[in-house]
Amino acid sequence: MTDRKKHRVLIGKPGLDGHDRGAKFIARALRDAGFEVVYTGIRRTPEEIAAAAVQEDVSVVGLSSLSGAHLRLFPEVVKALAAAGAGDIPVLGGGVIPDEDIEQLRKEGIREVFTPGTPLERIIAAFRNACEEARGSL
Amino acid sequence: MGEDILKGLKDRDPRGIARAISLVEENDPLTDRILSSLDDSLVDSALVLGITGPPGAGKSTLTDRIISRYRSQGRRVGVVAIDPTSPISGGAILGDRIRMMGHALDKDVIVRSMATRGRLGGLCAAAGAAVRIFAGSGCSVVIIETVGVGQSEMDIVRLADITVLVLAPGLGDDIQAMKAGLLEVADIVAVNKSDLEGAETLAMDIETIARGSTGDVEHPAKVCMTVASEGKGLDDLLQAIETVEAAHRKSGERRMRRDRAYDLEVLDWAVEMMKPSIIKRIESTDHDRKGDPRLLASKLLEQE
Amino acid sequence: MGKDPAYKDWEDKELASSLDRFPERKDKFTNHGGEEVPRLAVPESIDEEYLDRSGFPGRYPYTRGVQPTMYRGRLWTMRQYAGFSTASESNLRYRYLLEQGTTGLSIAFDLPTQIGYDSDHKMAEGEVGKVGVAIDSLADMEMLFDQIPLDKVSTSMTINSPAAILLAMYVAVAEKQGVAPDKLKGTIQNDILKEYVARGTYIFPPRPSLRLITDIFKWCTDNTPSFNTISISGYHIREAGSTAAQEVAFTLANGITYVQAALDAGLELDNFARRLSFFFNASSDLLEEVAKFRAARRLWARIMKERFKAKKPSSLMLRFHTQTAGYTLTAQQIDNNIVRVALQALSAVLGGTQSLHTNSRDEALSLPTEESVRTALRTQQVIAHESGVANTVDPLGGSYLIEELTDRIEAHANDLIEKIDSAGGVVSAIEDGFIQRQIENSAYEYQQEIERGERIIVGVNEFQTDEQTKPPLLRVDPDVENDQVKRLKELRERRDMKEVERSLKELSECARGSSNLMPAILDAVRTYATLGEICLVLREVFGEYRG
Repeated sequence: MTDRKKHRVLIGKPGLDGHDRGAKFIARALRDAGFEVVYTGIRRTPEEIAAAAVQEDVSVVGLSSLSGAHLRLFPEVVKALAAAGAGDIPVLGGGVIPDEDIEQLRKEGIREVFTPGTPLERIIAAFRNACEEARGSL
Repeated sequence: MGEDILKGLKDRDPRGIARAISLVEENDPLTDRILSSLDDSLVDSALVLGITGPPGAGKSTLTDRIISRYRSQGRRVGVVAIDPTSPISGGAILGDRIRMMGHALDKDVIVRSMATRGRLGGLCAAAGAAVRIFAGSGCSVVIIETVGVGQSEMDIVRLADITVLVLAPGLGDDIQAMKAGLLEVADIVAVNKSDLEGAETLAMDIETIARGSTGDVEHPAKVCMTVASEGKGLDDLLQAIETVEAAHRKSGERRMRRDRAYDLEVLDWAVEMMKPSIIKRIESTDHDRKGDPRLLASKLLEQE
Repeated sequence: MGKDPAYKDWEDKELASSLDRFPERKDKFTNHGGEEVPRLAVPESIDEEYLDRSGFPGRYPYTRGVQPTMYRGRLWTMRQYAGFSTASESNLRYRYLLEQGTTGLSIAFDLPTQIGYDSDHKMAEGEVGKVGVAIDSLADMEMLFDQIPLDKVSTSMTINSPAAILLAMYVAVAEKQGVAPDKLKGTIQNDILKEYVARGTYIFPPRPSLRLITDIFKWCTDNTPSFNTISISGYHIREAGSTAAQEVAFTLANGITYVQAALDAGLELDNFARRLSFFFNASSDLLEEVAKFRAARRLWARIMKERFKAKKPSSLMLRFHTQTAGYTLTAQQIDNNIVRVALQALSAVLGGTQSLHTNSRDEALSLPTEESVRTALRTQQVIAHESGVANTVDPLGGSYLIEELTDRIEAHANDLIEKIDSAGGVVSAIEDGFIQRQIENSAYEYQQEIERGERIIVGVNEFQTDEQTKPPLLRVDPDVENDQVKRLKELRERRDMKEVERSLKELSECARGSSNLMPAILDAVRTYATLGEICLVLREVFGEYRG
């Protein structure tokens, strides 16, 4: 019957870049995979995204950036989450991100980074795993 | 973890509040303790405002502006924003807060998106609990925002002390048909985007329908003209809310609505609580799926 | 080819007058065997239906092109848009390009400039100089055009929400050079409506934004008559995921909105219509794209003639710039992108574009390297000089398929425009989310086809290889931001603050009223009020739009 235990995730776009085709696609694909997806819209500060993640009690935060500001913005979301007492919420990132930046992002707390062409199933699986882990740790 | 959440809730910490709402929404074993820890007097005194209307009327933008007004009065505001769940996948995109992100860093504005989750019941219970948790955490205004389509959304509106229906000119014929039903639940109608052509006509139509459909000529819904995107008409709207609230307190209408909402929540919780055991009984009963399903249902309930 | 009377009429009128004014590039256009290729191929017999659907190039309904000789007269403009992080660096590059014989400059701005934030604003952190040049005040603009005579160049600026401010700065720089505004040539993108549905660099709500645009139209008609005041852009709508027909529909619907707003503001249609230009995407389905450009041209001509009753031929012509589709570039096997770009560029040329930007192979990864930019330009040159497609006007016209696709796209786009009309116009359709939903649905469907393997993207979901070599990547120097912020701080200290405050106060009053905003903006710009300060005043009066 009705399954009340739903995975809640947040998709956010930090920074000024307004190209949200990828972010919206992922949001919709997650919805179609049964997730409840909070979408913050474009042009958010890392602090706003963290505050929304806390208020919405999501299990994962997914970020998208195409303007090349990911090296600064993604880690700032991680820090903002920690400052809001939600350092346990894992952060995933996606966008036009050169390979050499991925290692750096991982070091700064981004759990996984997806670049264009990553199969959708892999992305959804990453969200699902992170949600299940979060639930397991309760 | 459970104690942390209860403590966070007690401290009115955003994370604690948010976690508590999730647990209640999932009917977690901690639900009783969460709900019984709330200060009833705060819950009782808060203003619960319903905001409903068809898609595209500007509900979220108007909600955003109403939040700003109450914040300038120093009041803490909670928002429960309800979005439909996809009937196919069971997932949902919760996008109402996009228009309210201007308040994201204000610690005294807490927005919680909630999906309808296609439940037969349970939405009133969950949303009602979220309202109680917000109010119990010091939100003297709690707004329930929901699109005015479908029975479960209409039920939600019954949790509110006062309901504002948001309409806008030029939204098409299907909206016209819906209006009569929506109008019955509205105390105040905000004709939004009132700078557009057709707003005056819409306002006049509403006044006609409001008088005709309820027969309640003495208390037809008050109509306010707003342009939410530019913050126009908000003074009038807030004044109207205040006036209706005062009148309802005086006449006993407010108490009556609270009582009705209370009963609705009790019923919803009861159904939610009974569901698992009924499902179990259906599954464990040896039946051949022949004959009248209603008969089997009543037989199963007699076992009580 | 028989000399049909209609054909003869066209030859005697449009063609003769065009040849008179602009001779063709060569006396004879020949194939490899030295045989002459026709200027224009037409059916054996020309009937009413042909005249209504296709007609002749340079004549209503312009399906076959806006000029009678098209690329035989002059090739399309090969315009490569580029962004350099600082004003001084860009200035050096522009001067180099001008020395090489370029006459058109194309300016990309960084995101803070596009969204009306100064480089020292919190939201600008990490974005300064990233996707274009950072402009905070007139001082930066003076540096950008230092020693560049503004009466001699044509400048295209990709700027939308703060277009009035950047235009005012341009005019102010010209003043300092002693160049009168009526000598200025160029284009501002100034297309705010597509920002709400596709590109995201909006600042104010739609209605005040439209006022800014009509104020620019009006001011420019009187002061800078040679400046193109808008470039109505389908490019970004397509990038956001629309179909070809949706790209045409939403772009032309935006065009209708601007024309109507200008008429409502009291402008004379045939005075400003020729200053409207368009900007489309060239995507991968070659034949559909060719049909799209033809359909757009025909539909716009009909709209201008039938809906708006335009009289002058120049008001009916849809002239457009094209850029190849960024969204089709892949990060895998990036050399494949060169081939994609070539096919896309070919579709734009076969579709009759007036100017073209070809993307570079590495743009799916980062800013393009100089070598990649050169290859992209060479692609256009190969099409122009080797492929032979520039020798005949509308070479695919008359193909059963192309004509049918043209009809279909036009019909589909027309349906969508009617839907928008009945929803109360573009602004209502944006506020209600109708246009955004249409684009999102198409984008989702397209991506799902790729995910399911129904649509093959070479090197991505088929024909993959293990790649070892990585191309060289260009990065923006992080010092750019610090330097820009420092220069801004120095400016704030040395300017006359009283003058700045006075001009901003007057701007605020003007914004609250209804008189033209351009003079007040120009006044503020001259006092070295910054872009962020001017936008803040307008934000306070107009409010801010939230997705």
